[in-house]
Amino acid sequence: MTAPSASLAGRAVQARRQQVLPNGVLGMLVFVLTEVMLFAGLISAHAIAMAGATEWPPLNQPRLPVVVTLLNTVALLVSGGMLAWAQRAWRRSSQTVNPPLFGALALGLFFVLMQGREWVALIREGLTLTSSTYGGFFYLIVGAHALHALAAILALAWAWRRLAVGRLAEAQLATVAVFWYFVVLVWPFIYIRVYL
Amino acid sequence: MATTTVDAHAHDSHAHEGPKGILGYFWSTDHKVIAQLYLWTGMFMALIGGLMAYVFRMQLAFPGKPVPGFGVVSPVEYNALVTNHGTIMIFWVAMPVLIAAFGNFLIPLMIGADDMVFPRINRLSYQVFLLSAIVILASLVVEGGGFGGAWTAYPPLSANPAYNLTPLGATLWVVAVALEFVAFLLGGINFIVTLMNARAPGMKAYDIPMVCWMIVIASILFMLSVGPLIAGAVMLLFDQTLGTGFFNPAVGGDPILWQHLFWFFGHPEVYVVLLPAIGVTVDIVATFSRRKLFGYRLLLYTAVGIGVLSFFVWAHHQFIAGIDPRMANIFTVTTLLISIPVIEMFFVVFATMYGGSIRLTVPMLWALSFLAEFMIGGMTGIYLGSSGSDIYLHDTYFVLAHFHYTFFPIAIIGGFAAFTYWFPKMYGKMLDERLGKIHFWGTIISFNFIFIPLFILGGLGQHRRIYNFQNFPELAPYQPLRVVATTALVVMLLFQLVFFWNLIKSFRRGVPAPKNPWESNTLEWTADSPPPHGNWPPDQMPVVYRGPYEYGHPGRESDFWPQNVPPAREA
Repeated sequence: MTAPSASLAGRAVQARRQQVLPNGVLGMLVFVLTEVMLFAGLISAHAIAMAGATEWPPLNQPRLPVVVTLLNTVALLVSGGMLAWAQRAWRRSSQTVNPPLFGALALGLFFVLMQGREWVALIREGLTLTSSTYGGFFYLIVGAHALHALAAILALAWAWRRLAVGRLAEAQLATVAVFWYFVVLVWPFIYIRVYL
Repeated sequence: MATTTVDAHAHDSHAHEGPKGILGYFWSTDHKVIAQLYLWTGMFMALIGGLMAYVFRMQLAFPGKPVPGFGVVSPVEYNALVTNHGTIMIFWVAMPVLIAAFGNFLIPLMIGADDMVFPRINRLSYQVFLLSAIVILASLVVEGGGFGGAWTAYPPLSANPAYNLTPLGATLWVVAVALEFVAFLLGGINFIVTLMNARAPGMKAYDIPMVCWMIVIASILFMLSVGPLIAGAVMLLFDQTLGTGFFNPAVGGDPILWQHLFWFFGHPEVYVVLLPAIGVTVDIVATFSRRKLFGYRLLLYTAVGIGVLSFFVWAHHQFIAGIDPRMANIFTVTTLLISIPVIEMFFVVFATMYGGSIRLTVPMLWALSFLAEFMIGGMTGIYLGSSGSDIYLHDTYFVLAHFHYTFFPIAIIGGFAAFTYWFPKMYGKMLDERLGKIHFWGTIISFNFIFIPLFILGGLGQHRRIYNFQNFPELAPYQPLRVVATTALVVMLLFQLVFFWNLIKSFRRGVPAPKNPWESNTLEWTADSPPPHGNWPPDQMPVVYRGPYEYGHPGRESDFWPQNVPPAREA
């Protein structure tokens, strides 16, 4: 549709609708805003519980694996970096996107599997959702993050699949990427608050 | 996320006509159909919430006597009724009607778009909302009855079935509220992205009608505040069902933590519903005063300021919850500060009316009464926001009356104002003005007769959430005031029959509505009444040349100047 280019009091009418950002990216950003507040709520609840506790972690509860999780954190950050690399590669040619996108997906999956392994070990050692508030908050916050990571990995897999059949649009990759960056970048805060 | 990159114009539903059959309505992606689904679901829930109020008010006025249509109210039933009246009226009436219904109907029409940018997410939003409404209604009839721990659901009462005696009702209550939040999250994303990305050519940020801005700012507030409450709701659900102890002090939890998470959402929520009501009022007052809105940008920035401030007032609900008195001082200051931008908005409306040629139509009456009644709510809030006087007034009927003087104007008066104003556009029929005025005066007068006695009772020290005041010798003598309030409530409910009669009359043999019955400027009045699927023919999508409030322009023959009329035609 074209609009007549008329002006009133020095004002020209644009010819078409203007988008701030692609719809999907903008929608995802707004959604991520809510997610940031969700994790802010969880982490501040954790902080309040920690501040009010006489011993944290409780003496009879196992310690969290700080070093292994640090390595896992690095894996997740690298995954985020590879996705950024994939997005940059898109600008040259969509042919070069596949390896970094697959790398981001694989490292993301690695992160979740490692976390799962850690959970199994911790449950064996006696840290459960109901064993203490300490355990409750650990599984609540890390579990909430894991659910988000799984959803984001499914989205990445969807994007990777579409790329393989040549039907992925740049805005679609950007939409998925916004969510994955959120999952990647919220984790260091969780690591610092919950593990250290 | 497969749908997210589809352009607003490209979604395939335009190929076929409107919804087919009853079930087709629930699968329609048309924003106007979804708006009506939200509207009628909200009205149905309002009816249920109103009848709940009737039952427990009858118990308070005539304790122990069987209530006509319900029977004798037991204490457990009384608690469930009070709790669910509050929950339903806020989450299933105020939000769906003011934000979801009118947001869905108005935003695409007022910005000249053919639909929302994510029509299928929009449909999902309503379906989740409907599910949440079914869950909250189901929670009332499960074994043990509905949840009775007040709409604020403070633990440990809400967390432990041994205390609340409603193991199923309490869990379903949390699930329903959480589902309702998901629905509004999906809707809110849609509103924000649509307003930013799908505006008609030529419509700049300051050409957007105020009601659209207000609904979008309210959505942003909602998105920012709901996260911590979702976190709290999950923790409460785990406490109820899995035996965790997040809010249980016996195992290291903290019940006050829930209050923080709840009110961090709960107070911005007041402004989430207030802002759309202000937006509706502003649009109606400007139209019926035939005057340009005074201080468009001032109003917009004030709304943003209210939004920011509303995140720093939540602890005024917790003055007697054992918080640090120094913190109480800070929250007293922020709470009193927020009355400044609110009254600023009111002065903007008064300044708009000043010197205008006011038309006292039914929507205008509702809009003006919103200002008057909300003012009473705002003024009494000053006593509650000051931590000193709140220690006496906390949890009395004074709080209850104050709260209803804010939420009733917002949800019910604001809802009726919007409904009567946009009804001709929604259904293509005019409402009867005389019946509308009878309904208006009947509702407003009886509303004041309900809650002014409750202010007095609250000042006398009558506590909230008590089943029978006859057991309190110092409160028993004030029974006549309770009877007045209950009688006024019954009168108000009966006056709603006039409204339904008006609706039926209008649908059956109402005067067909012209495109622009109120001689208004905004774009929705350039579409047919009711607008077809896609709102305008694809080759006649509107283009915007000016702001939405150009009334009474000097040198023009007609006193309004629609946004889409090209200036060339005038020359």
